Order: sequence, then C-alpha cells, then structure tokens
Amino acid sequence: MPRLDWNQYDPNGFYDELIAAPGQPHPAARALCDYLAGLDSSEIGDLKAAAEVAIQVMGISFTVYSDGDMIDRAWPFDIIPRIIPLTEWQRVEAGLKQRVQALNMFIDDLYNEQRIVKDGVFPAALLADSVNFRPQCVGIQPPGRVWAHICGSDLVRDKDGTIYVLEDNLRIPSGVSYMLENRNVTKRVLPELFQTGGILPVDDYPDQLYDMLVSMSPRPLDEPNIVIMTPGIYNSAYYEHAYLAQQMGVELVEGSDMIVGSDNCVYMRTIDGLVRVDVIYRRVDDMFIDPKAFNPDSVLGVPGLMGAWRAGNVALCNAPGAGVADDKVVYTYVPKMIKYYLDAEPIIPNVPSYLCMHDDERDYVLANLDKLVVKPANESGGYGMLVGPHATAQKRAEFAELIQADPRNYMAQPTLSLSVAPTLTDEGLAPRHLDLRPFILSSAHGSYVTTGGLTRVALVKGSLVVNSSQGGGSKDTWIVDTSAQGGL
Amino acid sequence: MLSRVAENLYWMARYIERTEDTARLIRVTRHLMLDFPGTTTLSWSSLIHITGADAIFDEHYGTRDAAKVLTFLCADRRYGGSIMGALAAARENLRTTRDVMPKEVWEEINSLYLQGSSLLAGTIDLRRLDDFLRTVIRGCQALTGMIDGSLSESPARTFCAVGGYLERVDMTSRILDVRSANLLPRSPDDLKPFEQLQWMSVLKSLSAHQMYRRQVRTRIRGKDAVRFILLDTTFPRAINRCLKRLHGKLATLPRSDAACAAVAELQQLLQRDGTAELADAPDQLHQFLDDLQLGTSRIHDAIRTTWFGGVDSPAPVVDETVEHPGQ
Repeated sequence: MPRLDWNQYDPNGFYDELIAAPGQPHPAARALCDYLAGLDSSEIGDLKAAAEVAIQVMGISFTVYSDGDMIDRAWPFDIIPRIIPLTEWQRVEAGLKQRVQALNMFIDDLYNEQRIVKDGVFPAALLADSVNFRPQCVGIQPPGRVWAHICGSDLVRDKDGTIYVLEDNLRIPSGVSYMLENRNVTKRVLPELFQTGGILPVDDYPDQLYDMLVSMSPRPLDEPNIVIMTPGIYNSAYYEHAYLAQQMGVELVEGSDMIVGSDNCVYMRTIDGLVRVDVIYRRVDDMFIDPKAFNPDSVLGVPGLMGAWRAGNVALCNAPGAGVADDKVVYTYVPKMIKYYLDAEPIIPNVPSYLCMHDDERDYVLANLDKLVVKPANESGGYGMLVGPHATAQKRAEFAELIQADPRNYMAQPTLSLSVAPTLTDEGLAPRHLDLRPFILSSAHGSYVTTGGLTRVALVKGSLVVNSSQGGGSKDTWIVDTSAQGGL
Repeated sequence: MLSRVAENLYWMARYIERTEDTARLIRVTRHLMLDFPGTTTLSWSSLIHITGADAIFDEHYGTRDAAKVLTFLCADRRYGGSIMGALAAARENLRTTRDVMPKEVWEEINSLYLQGSSLLAGTIDLRRLDDFLRTVIRGCQALTGMIDGSLSESPARTFCAVGGYLERVDMTSRILDVRSANLLPRSPDDLKPFEQLQWMSVLKSLSAHQMYRRQVRTRIRGKDAVRFILLDTTFPRAINRCLKRLHGKLATLPRSDAACAAVAELQQLLQRDGTAELADAPDQLHQFLDDLQLGTSRIHDAIRTTWFGGVDSPAPVVDETVEHPGQ
C-alpha cells in the first residue's frame, strides 16, 4: 500500500465526497485528508488490518443463505470515512423530516378519509392497483396517526453536488446496526481524529429507537414490554435484529413465542409464564405477521395479531399497511404530497422521474430506454430493474413489452452520475460510487434523524451496485461540525 | 427470559453432556472388551440396548457387530443420541441463542463439530476411535468450562446447568448399566476374577478412578464403586451430587415446585436401604437404574410443562411482578 497522495487522486469527473479538486479536500475533510497523508504505507496497512481484526473480533457479520448451509460473512468495510459538513446535513435532516411527515399523513389519509384522492392530487387508479394497500387497515388511526415509525430513505448525490432522494423504505428498512458498528470500528482505528475532529456522535440511535417504541405503548406504564420480532436466524438481517435487541435490552422473539389471548392482548411465553407485550418492533413483512389476516400458510406470524392491533392492545412498528407508500410509483408523488399536506416546497428533490402510466411520459421512456433506469413499482434490493445504458438491445426490447403490458407498474429515471469517495483498494486509493441511507424515527412526539446514516460503497471499479451481498461495502459516515474542529 | 430460549439452552446443555457421556460409554465398553479374554459373552449389542436405541438401530442396520454399532453410536446423524448427532443438535440449539451466549462458546462448538466430522470421514477406523473419543470428551469439557467461566449468573446459565445435570444423571446411570447388562458373565464365580477390572473400567470411564482411590483407599470392590457413583456427595459425576445441584438450581427459578418435587422423589429412591448392595445383583441393579432413568424423565416433563410451554398454553395470566420490576 503506497503512501496516500491526494495530488495523485482523480475522481474521474465525478463529484467527490472528500476532494474538491486534486490535492484540495473539501473544508470539512481537510483534517482527515491531512492525517491520512501523514501516514506511511505500513501504517495504512496496519490500520486496514486493525479494522479487519476489529470486525472479526466484534463479530460483525451479515448472513448469506445458500445451499442449506448458513454462512456469516465478515462485514466489508473501508476505513476511509465519508464526510458531510454539518451545515449541509442540517438541511438534509430538515428535508427528511418534512418528507416522512408528508408520507405518514399520506398513509393515514389513504386508510381513512382519502382526501388526496378525492381532491384529484393522487390518482384513484393508482390506489386501486397498489399491491401494498392493505384493506385490513382501513379505518384505523394509530397513535399520533403515525404509520411509518422507522423509515430508511436512500440518498444519492449527482454530478453537480445536488443530493436527491432515490427511494423511501417504509416496510422493514435495515442497515442501522452497521451504521453503528462502522463507527465503533472507526473509533478503534482512527481514535486521534475523534479528539478534535468535530465529528458528531451516532450512538444514541438505540436510545432514540427505544424511546420511540416506548411512546407507542398502549398502556401508560413506566416500563412497557417491548420486543423485536424476527423471522429467525435464516433471515439475512438476523444479525441486526439480535444487535438491536441487545442494545435496547429487549427480547428478540419469533412469532411462535407469542400468542394472542382471549382478552385480545398479545403475550409472550417466558419462564415466568405469559407476559403481556405492549410494543412489537416487527422485522417481519406484513404478509407474514398474522396467518389469520394474511398468508394462512405462514408459520412466522402470530394468529390474531392484527385483531389485537386493531383493538389498540398492542403497537406494531411499522404499522401494517405502511408499505403502501413504499412503491416507486407512489414515490414520484412525494413532492406533490409535501405541497398538499404541508403547503411547502420539498427541501430535498426527488430524482426526476417518468411515470409509464401517463401516455406522454411512457412515449418518452420507450423512446429513450438506452438512457434511463426503469424500475418496477414494488421490487426492492435492485431486482427487476433495467439499467438502460448497460443493457443489451434485446433486454431493452423485453422491457418495452413489459412496460406496454403493465404501464402502472413501471417508472423510469435518468441514470445519475453517482458521487464517489476515495476508497482503499488493492491498487491503492481509488474513487468508488456510494449512496447514503439515513434512518428517520417518527412518533406522536416528533421525529429524529440519524446523524448521517449508512454509507454503502460499490467496491468494484465503476460499479453502481452497493448491496453487500453483491460485492458492496460500507464506510463510516461523519457529520463534521467545522466550527468545532480543533487543530490536530 | 423467553421460554424458547430457555428450552434451547436446556437442550444445548443436554446434548453437550450426552455427546461427552456417549463417548465415555463407548470408551468403557471398548476397554472392557480389550481387557477380557475372548471367551466371555461381552457384546456390542448391549450398548444399543443401554442407550435405548433398539428401534432406530434395527430400522437402519441388520446385525449388531462392532463396526455397525460403533458407526451408529459415533457417526449416525439419524440418531440424536449418537456423538455427531448430539453435537449437531447442540450446535443447532446454540445458533438461535447466540445473542445470550458468549461468542467463544459458539466458536468452540463449531470447531469441535468440524473436527469430529473430519475425524470420522469415511468409515470408522478402530485405531483412530480412541483419538476421536478423547477429542470429543475434551471438547465437551472445554465447552462446559467456557460456559461456567464466561456466562453470568442468569436464567440462561441456570437452564444450561439444569440441562447438564439432568443429562448427566441419566447418562451416568446408563454407564453404570454397562456393568449390569448382559455384557458380563452372570455366575458370581465367573465374575470374581474380573471384578476389580470391570469396576475399574466403569470408574475410569467416569474419570472417577483417581477420586475413588483417594476416598475409598481399599482395592476396588463392586459395593464401594456403586456407592461412590450413586451416593457420593463430592464427586462431580456422582448421581447424588448431580441431583443435589439440580435441585438447588431449579429452586432459583420461578414456579419450581413440581420440578423440585420430582427431583426430591429421585433423591429418596437413591437413599433407600441397600443401594450399594445392588453391585452383586446385576438384575436388580438394572431394575434400579431403569427406575432412576424413569425418574429423570419425570423431572424433564415437570421442567417442560412448567417453563417451556407447549402449543396449548393455559389462558393468559399476567404476572404483575414481572411487569413492574421495581415493585
């Protein structure tokens, strides 16, 4: 590993998160870049090795399930953090709060008055076709009329430096444990920078999450019983479920650990007997939480859970049905929602999007498939997408047919030039594309945004795929208050 | 603590203990066979009977020769009491409770499992059998030591201990049964010349020989050996001591009356007159050990119904003391 020379580092024309121009770090990244440049090659190698050891010792892993054997892989991590100045972050934070507030009002409206449909702002046809609309939730008003208590929105930065919201994850967003662990590893590896670097802490998330969950309790107790409901060890996010349970000191339960009593309350089976459960942070999809209400074949859920929730005897976070807003077509309406419910302009823009259900926009999409990314409404994890510029003519023709057969199910966006950040690779320092997933907590008492979020990096040169199961990695994310920085 | 987690830990501890004790059981039998003239009626078949695995063995195997019995007891995953079967089960139980167990315990059981699998690759080589058994016993001791040394006093630890003690009572009684089953000549005259050897083997299989020696200080006699294994209050694998510990552990749990009563019942059986005399009466010893094993299964039932909860749980009863820890 050669010494890091910022004059030799070239972001290839992309926006770089640390470097404004060769040899010139952004002001908030100057302390970090100077520090790294002062290390010799063996010291950098040592830091990299120390991070690997820390990850192994701390047991930070993610699960890949294949061939009937479970493999826990070490979490792929790059030691060079990604930096966002506090002043910029404050605007992003305000934008995320605004966005999630509008989304919650939208979900609540859909399950109750449906004003936005009646006023012609949101098309009735779209609602009628929504696969994540749950008729079982109609007429319900959860406390504070909040549905999406935990939201993970993906942010990307384009060539000109503008930050866009790429999508909102309102069902069961994951990754926050890795955000916390990335910081723990970085503190071990670069402790000097934390003394004077003006880096804002992230570790109050479990407390914030716990407080939010407590505030949802249907019983005014000092210590309500909170649980995390997991599908079990074979779920790819099981590490996170166990991690959050440990951090909050709550039970990690599976569906079979709970029953709904004749009093329509939820109980968990413990060695002390049946103990009432007040709040369930469920990491199980809607369709599997209650075989009586949804998929009757599912063994992951608790029969009668929906009834207990409807009766107000237990809080479910996120509320069932919140996924109705987790739809890439619904996404395109978020700026209109913000205008409609909050009478405000969106602080963070959406990526410009084309809806195939509108004739003129569909014509544009079909004529420009080689320039666009086409996404189906309800897939996640990058499945079922067409990345036009990288696709074969045959693949584009297939998508043209899919779009014409079911226009409601598709939307398209221009391919963005995602920003990059310097990353340690086998060839030395190199720019790699990245995104950012902050987490937003909402309750009747207000909202909270993580300090930064989980930065995911495409470790393969030129790649835009940041998923860890496909060779993606991650970085610690620093929100830096330059006014609080001292000399190093 | 969740019932499921408690149950998994209990079974994990039972399986670790069963792994170790099955290895001991095979070891003592093998040593007895090596020590005895070829004319005796020692038979591997009895081991299947002692472990209570007749039905499943007969389902998959024909004759009960050494190779088949050893393959079955060491390597057959279809039988949950085989060494690799029990080890695999302990490992699976630990998977779902990794959040409450020290990480090193998981790593140890994983590596023991992998090591065992590679030692048993292919057929069982009799020359490597002792290596394998020693590795297994040592690995299990390491595991119980780690749990003892790194898991805080908590219900998790209690359920590990409970499972371990109960399985040990059951398996120690089965190892003792080696002496009473058809392994040995029936006529007292045939028995005499081998008495010391046989009992020494049983004691050695329980790692009890040295401790016995320090305590009894006479040549090894059946009566004394039985007294030591059943009634000693200080030796860790002695049944009396296991039951006493088991009772103490159970008493720390909520609603423990039924389980404690089931243990007390067994303690009384043990203290009856003439227990030690059973050494000279193989049939009666066998009957006694059978009773002991039935008793352990009653204790298990009491534990299961009290703490693990079944599909048919009783109507919800909220324990207010749990909900208001401060009151």
